[in-house]
Amino acid sequence: MPDSTITLEIFRYHPEQDEKPKFRRYEIPYREDWVVLDALNYVKDRIDGTLAYRWSCRMGVCGSCGMMINGTPRLSCAAFLREYYPHPVRVEPLANFPVERDLVIVLEDFMHKLREVKPWLIRERERPLSEGEYHQTPDEVAAYKQFSMCINCMLCYAACPVYGLEPRFLGPAAIALAQRYNLDSRDQGRAQRQAVLSSEDGIWDCTLVGECTVACPEHVDPAGAIQRAKLASTIDWYRRVLMPWGER
Amino acid sequence: MNDVYEHDIIVVGGGAAGLRAAIAAVQANPGLNVAIVSKVYPMRSHTVSAEGGAAAVIKPNDSLDAHSNDTISGSDWLADQDVVEAFVREAPHELIQLEHWGCPWSREPDGSVAVRPFGGMKIERTWFAADKVGFHLLHTLFQTSLKFETIKRYDEWFGTKLLVENGRCQGIVVIELRSGQVRTLTANAVILCTGGAGRIYPFTTNGAIKTGDGMAMAYRAGVPLKDMEFVQYHPTGLPGTGILITEAARGEGGILLNKDGYRYLQDYGLGPPEPWPRLRAMELGPRDKLSQAFVHEMHKGRTFAGPYGDYVHLDVRHLGEEKINTKIPFVRELAHRYMGIDPVHEPIPVRPVVHYMMGGVHTDVSGATPLPGLYAAGEAACVSINGANRLGSNSLTECLVFGARAGRHAAAFASQHPPRDRAALAAQTSDEAQRIAANFIRKDTGSERVASLRAEMTRAMEEGVGIYRDEASVRKTCDVLHALRDRFPNVRLDDRSLSFNTELIAALELDFMLDVAEAVAHSALARTESRGSHQRTDHPRRDDTRFLKHTLAYRTDGPPRIDYLDVVITRWPPAERVYGR
Repeated sequence: MPDSTITLEIFRYHPEQDEKPKFRRYEIPYREDWVVLDALNYVKDRIDGTLAYRWSCRMGVCGSCGMMINGTPRLSCAAFLREYYPHPVRVEPLANFPVERDLVIVLEDFMHKLREVKPWLIRERERPLSEGEYHQTPDEVAAYKQFSMCINCMLCYAACPVYGLEPRFLGPAAIALAQRYNLDSRDQGRAQRQAVLSSEDGIWDCTLVGECTVACPEHVDPAGAIQRAKLASTIDWYRRVLMPWGER
Repeated sequence: MNDVYEHDIIVVGGGAAGLRAAIAAVQANPGLNVAIVSKVYPMRSHTVSAEGGAAAVIKPNDSLDAHSNDTISGSDWLADQDVVEAFVREAPHELIQLEHWGCPWSREPDGSVAVRPFGGMKIERTWFAADKVGFHLLHTLFQTSLKFETIKRYDEWFGTKLLVENGRCQGIVVIELRSGQVRTLTANAVILCTGGAGRIYPFTTNGAIKTGDGMAMAYRAGVPLKDMEFVQYHPTGLPGTGILITEAARGEGGILLNKDGYRYLQDYGLGPPEPWPRLRAMELGPRDKLSQAFVHEMHKGRTFAGPYGDYVHLDVRHLGEEKINTKIPFVRELAHRYMGIDPVHEPIPVRPVVHYMMGGVHTDVSGATPLPGLYAAGEAACVSINGANRLGSNSLTECLVFGARAGRHAAAFASQHPPRDRAALAAQTSDEAQRIAANFIRKDTGSERVASLRAEMTRAMEEGVGIYRDEASVRKTCDVLHALRDRFPNVRLDDRSLSFNTELIAALELDFMLDVAEAVAHSALARTESRGSHQRTDHPRRDDTRFLKHTLAYRTDGPPRIDYLDVVITRWPPAERVYGR
């Protein structure tokens, strides 16, 4: 097998030089235990130092190396060449984002939206540290744990057809993170997050395609988070409009 | 003209220590204007990869003295004991603070925080969130930092040089990755939280970004690097990739077996093996001793041979699927994805892998370096609580305790508003921009590739300054590093553009790593004793008469100048390290 090779077709775009993107083909040695990221590093180190992409942990937890691989949003550190061999592997920047250069996308929009949903514990009164930890049973942890697993890799935004059409949509990860805090027994901030969640660019934009949940490498299930947020928001509305006496 | 950005405090690095420092600074003085400069978005920082947990005394069966004792004996008596005492005292507060900020710590049935056993710890005191503790800690800190409007972030800005003027650190020169522009960031105080330098070795758990940038910048600014010869090999990394399999796998009861299915650690002063599990024994011994035991097993021919070097087995099968899924799900996921095996049914192949730098930028107990206005915390710093060998689960807590301390002390310093020498700082930035352009972007000569020099450096480090060293091996490495330093000016980049030039960043990182590697090798050469992770086969004994001292490496135009500083001993006089009984 050491003599086998595999072809990468890599999206190249350089804002200083290129009017529009092009694809470049690189033929590199094929190794069964290599991930796509290893292949990109081979190209960068040995063939073409101009290739730009982000990566760090190479173990699926830092969230840097998301790319479209043969049309599917994947972490390039978790996509093995053997899944594609002997066919070529086409590598593109994550869909639905502006491209900074080559495989590097512009992340600013998400960074802004993340802050919008107030992803921190909100309390009416903070307990002094001297009083120790808040108690939270394993079941109470389980209520939000799944939504706390988001690594902000942006694969769900690349998969989301709504975000593709309407970039103002808050999007799967930001909504899942809002829900992560809403469902935390220590948090009292749901009302404050509600304004953003139920705004016109919030949860109601989602048409429940569910592609985000399919794309998520951490099994966060953003589609489920959005569905639960919609349900909670609807119950709020009924309480407020139909049962005003029931409001506490 | 280069743009100038003015702040009261600049934190360099957005991992656990950096975020904690920034929050502590604005909490200490909400009027301060604090910036976090990081070469990656903060949630990409390497803190994210920490798995097993964070240590702090919280349970009634535990005590601060017990935590101190474990840490100091684990350090082979090279930790400063006054610093360790401050560390264990403030640790519980810091972890409770993280709990109050939302960290999803794993819980006991009654809702209190759960703890697990860890290596070298006599009492279980490691807080955890399954086995993605660093990830949860980092995201909790990052998301919490977003609520402070006075924290300004410069994401994907790469620091190249500290600005020192009038004997004081007054800022940093940075490259904005997106535009490639060189900028001046000035401040009354700078806090380096740039992490370690595992990437000076070929086989490491560390992410690509761990290139010792802050260590090298401080070193170049005249600040000594302390105890750099102490490099931690984690005993359980996956062969080939070096991906970390957490010590929590052993904390939960996992065992290490050689190719005969024998728990070999009992042959190296860590036994007897039964009863099991047992704290401070066998698989729950300290990392230095476990990694050293592996080398002996290999020399005896009792390890497995594999395409990526020899390995042994980490066996967690007896824990059962349910416990594996609840306590160490990430271990199962990593072993499955990267080794194609399911730890529920098969043992995991593991071998020692470079994991952590005990050494770093010399600071006092407040995180202050000898250079006024410059602070450091986290793995980038050496404060020192880790001495010759860090105990697992002390480093995340260290980031919090000393990140907060550095933040508070930098805030006090910055609040005095010493005037800055603006014109001189701008001139320094121009020179730095000139240097980068001339040496890399506009240079057409030379034929060396960054990746080849880097590979030669990492190979020399592994061969000469690995788990066991001797004078000949270290000298050879020093020579190779010297030759690489001479060849570095012949680096020629493929990429001459400005926008997101990652090849330029890789070149600057290599430049930093060569400095750090040289400090490691020369510090190792000078320490003619064996202590903790620094094992000299030609000087196999600990020598407290000559070396109960910290190494200080100062940068010169030639090899580093090595000096020493006494270790602070308070209540734990040096003694034999005893494990297993």
